[in-house]
Amino acid sequence: MEYIPQIIFAILLIAGIGYFTSNIRKMIRNIKLGRDVDRSDNKKERFAQMARIALGQSKMVRRPIAGILHIVVYVGFVIINIEVLEIIIDGLLGTHRIFGPHLGGVYDFLIGTFEILALLVLITVVVFWIRRNVMNIKRFVMGELKGWPKNDANYILYFEVVLMCLFLTMNATDFILQTRGVEGYAHAGEIFGSFPVSQFLVPLFDGMADGSLVIVERAAWWLHIVGILIFLNYLYWSKHLHILLAFPNVYFAKLTPNGQFTNMEAVMAEVKLMMDPDADPFATPDPSMANEEPATLGAKDIFDLNKVQLLNAYTCTECGRCTSECPANITGKKLSPRKIMMDTRDRLEDVGKVINKEGEWKDDGKSLLNDYITTEELWACTSCNACVEACPIGIDPLSIIMEMRRYLVLENSAAPTDLNNALTNIENNGAPWPYNQQDRLNWANEL
Amino acid sequence: MSEAIKVPTAAEYIAQDKVPEVLFWVGCSGSFDDRSKKITKAFVKLLHKAGVDYAVLGAEESCTGDPAKRAGNEFLFQMQAMMNIEVLNGYGIKRIVTTCPHCFNTLKNEYPELGGNYEVVHHTSFLKDLIASGKLTIEGGKFKGKRITYHDPCYLGRANDIYEAPRELIEKLDAALLEMKRNKRNGLCCGAGGAQMFKEPEPGNKDINIERTDEALETQPDIIAAACPFCNTMMSDGIKAAEKEGTVEVLDIAELIASAQDL
Repeated sequence: MEYIPQIIFAILLIAGIGYFTSNIRKMIRNIKLGRDVDRSDNKKERFAQMARIALGQSKMVRRPIAGILHIVVYVGFVIINIEVLEIIIDGLLGTHRIFGPHLGGVYDFLIGTFEILALLVLITVVVFWIRRNVMNIKRFVMGELKGWPKNDANYILYFEVVLMCLFLTMNATDFILQTRGVEGYAHAGEIFGSFPVSQFLVPLFDGMADGSLVIVERAAWWLHIVGILIFLNYLYWSKHLHILLAFPNVYFAKLTPNGQFTNMEAVMAEVKLMMDPDADPFATPDPSMANEEPATLGAKDIFDLNKVQLLNAYTCTECGRCTSECPANITGKKLSPRKIMMDTRDRLEDVGKVINKEGEWKDDGKSLLNDYITTEELWACTSCNACVEACPIGIDPLSIIMEMRRYLVLENSAAPTDLNNALTNIENNGAPWPYNQQDRLNWANEL
Repeated sequence: MSEAIKVPTAAEYIAQDKVPEVLFWVGCSGSFDDRSKKITKAFVKLLHKAGVDYAVLGAEESCTGDPAKRAGNEFLFQMQAMMNIEVLNGYGIKRIVTTCPHCFNTLKNEYPELGGNYEVVHHTSFLKDLIASGKLTIEGGKFKGKRITYHDPCYLGRANDIYEAPRELIEKLDAALLEMKRNKRNGLCCGAGGAQMFKEPEPGNKDINIERTDEALETQPDIIAAACPFCNTMMSDGIKAAEKEGTVEVLDIAELIASAQDL
């Protein structure tokens, strides 16, 4: 009978981690729906970039208030998770503060640090909530955040509050039980841990009998660890996947200059053929290529985007820094780079749901273009790279916009009329305006 | 000017079996737009003053394909690029300088994969080097104490991380360099990039160039300095809309320096 809590704990742990893993597998399967892209180069530079931007949060602090607050929660999250390791071992072995006897003073220091961080996280989360719900900051109240995205952001904040309160309650009651030398908490007169924050909660529980205190302590302990498992599984459904994906996302981010757009190999082969005076346009096609379906030029749907772009979509935290810097959005156009990322993820998830249900992809009659992202949004982009520069975790909304423009122009010939005129001019006389190429040097006569 | 400047072409160079040290890529705007032609002429005067061994392609130059690529027409872009590369390689060109950040970006970053490998320099970096090597000197007198704000072109700044060269040149003029609220990597686009120059904007509540010009005017400048012919057009239109034509000038960095030398 005495092993029952441990068995229950083990079952919860396996179920929690198991369900999370199965969802992550689905996510990876979805990302693999994208086209291949080679980012296996410059490993050293990529690791350095990941260390600087993801681990070091260097781009977060470009906006100091949000950046520093975020670092508090981030550091709190990472460090407090060391405590979770002890909780898991205690849970599996039925022990009490198993690291206590081995770490001595270091243990007291660690627990004390966790408590201070927990308090800081609590305060920060309250500030975050006020920023999102009271202060009317434009990027948090825009159209694309209505409904689920707004709720999602708030749920996480509530979650943090509950987890931190449980953690501190657990410590406060545990501290009293240790002091009283109650069985299961006593360590030969020694007190494991220091409680710089939860000591102030002691008066709340001090009047309780040992039995009730044990119940409160156990309840807080269990709810805390179950809460963490729920939080873990909630990630997949939430923008909070970024706490994991920010790392690979920054690693695989583009290293070439922002201004360099990808070269389309498929087009290159055709253009070379056109420009080759010796090419035979009626030659029999290479038989090895005959069975290959020609790939769509540009992107109509998520299948036409590359894997890194799809990873970008899952990584987006919907912070809206991109949109708040976008010249089109600032001047009232429909384009919002954040919405481009959210739409891409929503479409990818919708495709994934079909695959979950049917076992394979069956056309649902929809596509990323038109059903999620409109041409009006795509044509409003000035390709200025402000969104790319603004993203704290290396997301590239511009590359998706460009791929979709390519589809519109190369597959549908659907550019705006005035733009088509300029392109026709380039084709005919080598300039976007209808001037004669022979007149290009006329200015030299005016010197 | 005492004597008329003769602009050499690459064709003339090759006729004498020579290759110019640097090719000046003029660009469509610099070739045809009346306002931008002034930038081209100012830059050429500086090239002559510094005794640079240069040539232009003249009638053999054609659009780099930048607007086509940003508009999504990769086909047209590659056609343009491959034609230009054939011409450039035919003349044995190794180094290119251009006054247009769009041409700069495309030539520098997007031509190599199509077989065009050149050292490409923007004219602001080029001028900075000419001054550093003593081939060109700047006298600040004319602009001393003038309030100059600098607008970062997206394709020079964010696209290629060049923020300092144009600023250093302005500071050499003894002018007061004023920064707009959004500058350098946070600089706001003028609204012309991504082929927007050649189409009507999507519906919104303001034009981007007006937003940017208003921001520039907040610094109360005498001059808005630009380093891109398209930014120049957009900011000039913004100045017209704000009815500040009489008080604020939009000038390219090359024009500022040429003017400081009374060229």
